[in-house]
Amino acid sequence: MNLGIKEHMRECEYSQISTSSSTPMESPHKKRTLKRRWEVFPGRNKFYCNGRIMMARQTGVFYLTLVLIVVTSGLFFAFDCPFLASTLTPAIPVIGGVLFFFVMGTLLRTSFSDPGVLPRATDDEAADLERQIDTVNGTSTGYRPPPRTKEIIINGQTVKLKYCFTCRIFRPPRASHCSLCDNCVERFDHHCPWVGNCVGKRNYRFFYMFILSLSFLTIFIFSFVLTHVVLRSHSAGFLTALKDSPASVLEVVVCFFSVWSIVGLSGFHTYLIGSNQTTNEDIKGSWSSKRGKENYNPYSHGNIFTNCCAALCGPFPPSLIDRRGFVVPDMVQPTPPTNGVTMYGATQSQSHMCDQDQCIQSTKFVLQAAATPLLQSEPVAIVDESSLPGRTLTGSPRASLPLGQPTPPTSSPNLTCESELLGHEAPETYPHLLTPEEAPSPPGMLPCGSPVGHGHNVPFYNPANQDSLHEDSIRGLVKLSSV
Amino acid sequence: MATEFHNLQELRHSASLANKVFIQRDYSEGTVCKFHTKFPSELDSRIERTLFEDTVKTLNNFYAEAEKIGGQSYLEGCLACATAYLIFLCIETRYEKVLKKISRYIQEQNEKIYAPRGLLITDPVERGMRVIEISVYEDRGSSGSTSGSSSTTSSSGQ
Repeated sequence: MNLGIKEHMRECEYSQISTSSSTPMESPHKKRTLKRRWEVFPGRNKFYCNGRIMMARQTGVFYLTLVLIVVTSGLFFAFDCPFLASTLTPAIPVIGGVLFFFVMGTLLRTSFSDPGVLPRATDDEAADLERQIDTVNGTSTGYRPPPRTKEIIINGQTVKLKYCFTCRIFRPPRASHCSLCDNCVERFDHHCPWVGNCVGKRNYRFFYMFILSLSFLTIFIFSFVLTHVVLRSHSAGFLTALKDSPASVLEVVVCFFSVWSIVGLSGFHTYLIGSNQTTNEDIKGSWSSKRGKENYNPYSHGNIFTNCCAALCGPFPPSLIDRRGFVVPDMVQPTPPTNGVTMYGATQSQSHMCDQDQCIQSTKFVLQAAATPLLQSEPVAIVDESSLPGRTLTGSPRASLPLGQPTPPTSSPNLTCESELLGHEAPETYPHLLTPEEAPSPPGMLPCGSPVGHGHNVPFYNPANQDSLHEDSIRGLVKLSSV
Repeated sequence: MATEFHNLQELRHSASLANKVFIQRDYSEGTVCKFHTKFPSELDSRIERTLFEDTVKTLNNFYAEAEKIGGQSYLEGCLACATAYLIFLCIETRYEKVLKKISRYIQEQNEKIYAPRGLLITDPVERGMRVIEISVYEDRGSSGSTSGSSSTTSSSGQ
């Protein structure tokens, strides 16, 4: 009998696996379209191409970046290259072309990829953490407890981990919560409006390659446009040369202003990579020796070369948020909470109907770890919203970050992306407290991150029966081994 | 087949989720993925300490292997850069390969060791690599109840 059951379970298991892995929950008579996880993502991101592309909400400046690069390069190829190719060498447009494609490729890669967003905690996780914190602090009597921090020792250096009230997790070291995107991002560098995305663990190397190649492209175009004008003016005179190729004037102007900021930014990030720091840490002076004699960077590998290799050629971590996976339809409802009560009953009945399917969900889940997230981490916006008034007390020391904070000389130029980064460390309040407005913008800088404001968080149905579904779903496995 | 299925239905009502234990990340060596090997007290009566520690240590080793910075990762990084990172459309990164190994290992551990003791390990990658979630099940011992799937029992095993 035992063997028979086991065999049946195995058959059940195998047959489940062999069927379509993406829609295990569909009962034949429930023709509900399954939502993908990006559609119910709790952060303030925009998704395109059915979840393949992920960007921040404000993408206006990104389009400006695209236009500037494409138009300037286009003018270069159209107006300057013919002359240069015939006069000097045809290698010029070729090299220019390669640089251009590399710049575009890295820009798109930076802008469209997941920067390393940490998924929010499940209800169980959050409850467990709350219990631990209450045990340590003593149970709070209703008013908002003080900001929660945890001190740990990393390689001999004391580091404080902060509790993120939005994501309900203790942020890993070097992670930070971006107020513009409303996500915790691993190894958070800064939020860059020019690429329309956060720069974090997963896309830092693309970002660095982008600004590096853009520096080369800018210098390349600048110098060859000047060469072009100079060569022409030898034969025809300066003003005639300018009249003959008016596009060159525009290119020179754009490149001249870009060169200072882009090259400066590249230099700054080269320094950051060499010392294995993030922009965030550098601005705050986290590892500066000015803080104390014993203060050093615990993440640095010791020498510049290893740090560079680790940042640029290190292992490429996968995305932790499964954008294109399917949401189990009866667990998440992107509707106002008033519908939640009615859904509960429906959920129960559906869970019974789908028992057979659910019984080995977790086995499948374990087998296909990231492919079919049938049990998912639940974003709970309802809890977040109810605790909104209290959140202002989290008081991360963001407000005390003036731009004039002592930093290494290489960071002093008004680098375009840096002034935006102050926005990220805002307490996890809603965007009307957006910090970038406080940052003095360098001349010519577009104000970043206009207040996004409203209702970014879709209230989710917070199913109390999540655990009963969970228990249903793995009973088969438990029984399989216990009989 | 029908008889076996009927028995399975009955058996299915016998287990209920009692508690979830979370093994947190150990950041003492930096941001590498590593979990605490400290044995949680809630599992005291459920599983032997050595088995648990072995599982966590093996997982830690897997993650260390995935995040190792060495010849192979440099090669992968340089190749990817040279192909403008288009190569990742075709091949899997080393990290992804190791993650697959990890999920196979966890499944095997669940089948052989944890499920017989009424426990279930959830792959950390589904929890954002923050925790190893171990679900603790209590066997209710009864069968055939049609109102089976009750709501979560609050942590009785605390």
